[in-house]
Amino acid sequence: MAASAAVRSSMGLTLRLSRVIPDCSTCPLFRLKCNAKNVANLQRRGSFDSLRTINRHLQTSIGLYHSEEGSSNAEHPEDVVNVVYIDRSGQRIPVKAKVGDNVLYLAHKHGIDLEGACEASLACSTCHVYVSAAHFDKLQEPEEREDDMLDMAPMLQENSRLGCQIILTPELDGIELTLPKVTRNFYVDGHVPKPH
Amino acid sequence: MGAHKLLFSELKLWTSGRGGWIARLHKGGCGKASLSSCSPKVCIVGSGPAGFYTAQHLIKARQDVEVDIYERLPVPFGLVRFGVAPDHPEVKNVINTFTQTAKHSRCSFYGNVNVGKNVSITELQQAYHAVVLSYGAEGNRSMGVPGEDLAGVYSAKDFVGWYNGLPSCRELSPDLSCETAVILGQGNVALDVARILLSPIDILKKTDITQPTLEALAESQVRRVLIVGRRGPIQIACTIKELREMVNLPDTRPDMVAADFDGVKEALKDLPRPRKRLTELMLKTALEVPGEKEQERRSKASRTWGFRFFRSPVEVLAEPGHSRIAGIRLAINKLEGSGDGAQAVLTGEVEDVPCGLVVSSIGYKSLPIDPSVPFDSRKAIVPNTMGRVKQAAGLYCSGWLKTGPTGVIATTMNNSFDTARSILEDMDSGTLDMSAAKPGSQSISALLEKRGVKPVTFSDWEKIDNVEMKRGESRGKPREKLLTVEEMLHVAWT
Repeated sequence: MAASAAVRSSMGLTLRLSRVIPDCSTCPLFRLKCNAKNVANLQRRGSFDSLRTINRHLQTSIGLYHSEEGSSNAEHPEDVVNVVYIDRSGQRIPVKAKVGDNVLYLAHKHGIDLEGACEASLACSTCHVYVSAAHFDKLQEPEEREDDMLDMAPMLQENSRLGCQIILTPELDGIELTLPKVTRNFYVDGHVPKPH
Repeated sequence: MGAHKLLFSELKLWTSGRGGWIARLHKGGCGKASLSSCSPKVCIVGSGPAGFYTAQHLIKARQDVEVDIYERLPVPFGLVRFGVAPDHPEVKNVINTFTQTAKHSRCSFYGNVNVGKNVSITELQQAYHAVVLSYGAEGNRSMGVPGEDLAGVYSAKDFVGWYNGLPSCRELSPDLSCETAVILGQGNVALDVARILLSPIDILKKTDITQPTLEALAESQVRRVLIVGRRGPIQIACTIKELREMVNLPDTRPDMVAADFDGVKEALKDLPRPRKRLTELMLKTALEVPGEKEQERRSKASRTWGFRFFRSPVEVLAEPGHSRIAGIRLAINKLEGSGDGAQAVLTGEVEDVPCGLVVSSIGYKSLPIDPSVPFDSRKAIVPNTMGRVKQAAGLYCSGWLKTGPTGVIATTMNNSFDTARSILEDMDSGTLDMSAAKPGSQSISALLEKRGVKPVTFSDWEKIDNVEMKRGESRGKPREKLLTVEEMLHVAWT
């Protein structure tokens, strides 16, 4: 438990330094929080961003910050990891990512509607994805806390994982991540309407 | 046909109202290329997760939708602020997403507005193309047993409201001078209450739990909490994360009845994964002989917690000659059937448990807000199909008001996205009449002003937010919540 925590925290540090996982105390947004004027600026940048990418979705403020910084083009070809997101309408969205990228924040960067309500802290299941069979076993085993949250996700499958816990490695090149189709209504008596 | 329709509506827009569509265009109302519709205006009642996720989906999906969120309290976020336990701060991270939505140019927040009292649903429907009811469940199911009104009996809704600083629960002042507390219900809310009652103060004092609660808990004599359910271990309603937190709670040890788990191990293999993992953890905690280290930890623990199964409340017992609680009488049940559908059936036997505190955690309940809105009082929801309120054009609902008061934030998120999709479908299909422009907040603000109601804007909330965070800083807490509406309004408008 302690060993894996040490690995997680050093990994976290690496990812924070490379700005993939937000470290709130160093992020200017944290300091901006109390400054209304600057946050208004951020909002304007946000609107501009959505104009630039038609039909792209609101990104979290963290996502916005990252999309202004650097591009997703890798410096070295061996750093490139090709990822395909399959969104909830079945549309395939190929993305060129880098080793070390976090699947949730990568999705945000590319306007894919993968929610991350708890911001990668293993306190929700909104970033639930299905992982392509060929790559599922190449992922690190989920920690107990991830399994606990996955248990809450609707339409859980054998190849379910939480996107915020997947960090890209070279072996994951070609990985396909499918967003579960949770478009159904919930009835108090448990009735699920027939699709029409 | 389409072209004629376009021409006609263009003419209508050209001649309609002051400023017409050019003014709307300049205001950024018509982002779409087509001039056949004006900017859709949607009103959302309630600023919890349901309200915000519905708003988020609408704003993302169409560049011309404007959303106004009305909230009764001066502060937004609903149960994220007042329901999520203080020691679950990561769950509250969703506030950052909601804040981004609130600050979007096409979203406005109006706090301190009581829909149903300050403004009616009918008036909102006249001002907006669509009205979404997302005001959740502010009531609670009652046990319906004698003695329920005795001092010392509380609903979990009020208890949670008290430790989370809900203004209406400020005066709860629960008496924590007894040794044993009994919680009816075994969902996540029941486990939250148990955990807050038994957590070491050193942990709680670093959270956003309110100061009065912290002081009361520091004096608390409660050492034993029983979490009681009608049915058996396989029907328990809580989830594994919360159970694990109880198992790992410092300075506590579990106290279960082994016989309650007869037959459970054999049933494991047929259970779906989430239920299986949860049941395995329960079995381990209840039946497994602990290793040396765990045994030592348990023997040093000063507090105990445990589940009691197959028990339903039949009467809260008072101290003779007093109106304070002395204990609770529980009927003993047996199970008929198995799995989710198993029913608890009375056996005729009862059991009395001495205790000084009873918290009833058997469900929240929605209340009707306005007589013009259909309400199903049996299910305590607004009757709807896919979020469209039945027999009420232009009226929608999302969140617990739509489906009943169960589910976590992720559930509500999907539920709200579904309602937003219904609204968008209706906009596209013409089911929602978008041909006429609607005044939106312009007319509602004028109405409110006439009635002496001053809304709290999102920037006003940010002032409250900053004051709370600043106050918390000096105490090592993420925030020190303001506990009265008066205080909140004072900060908002100074």
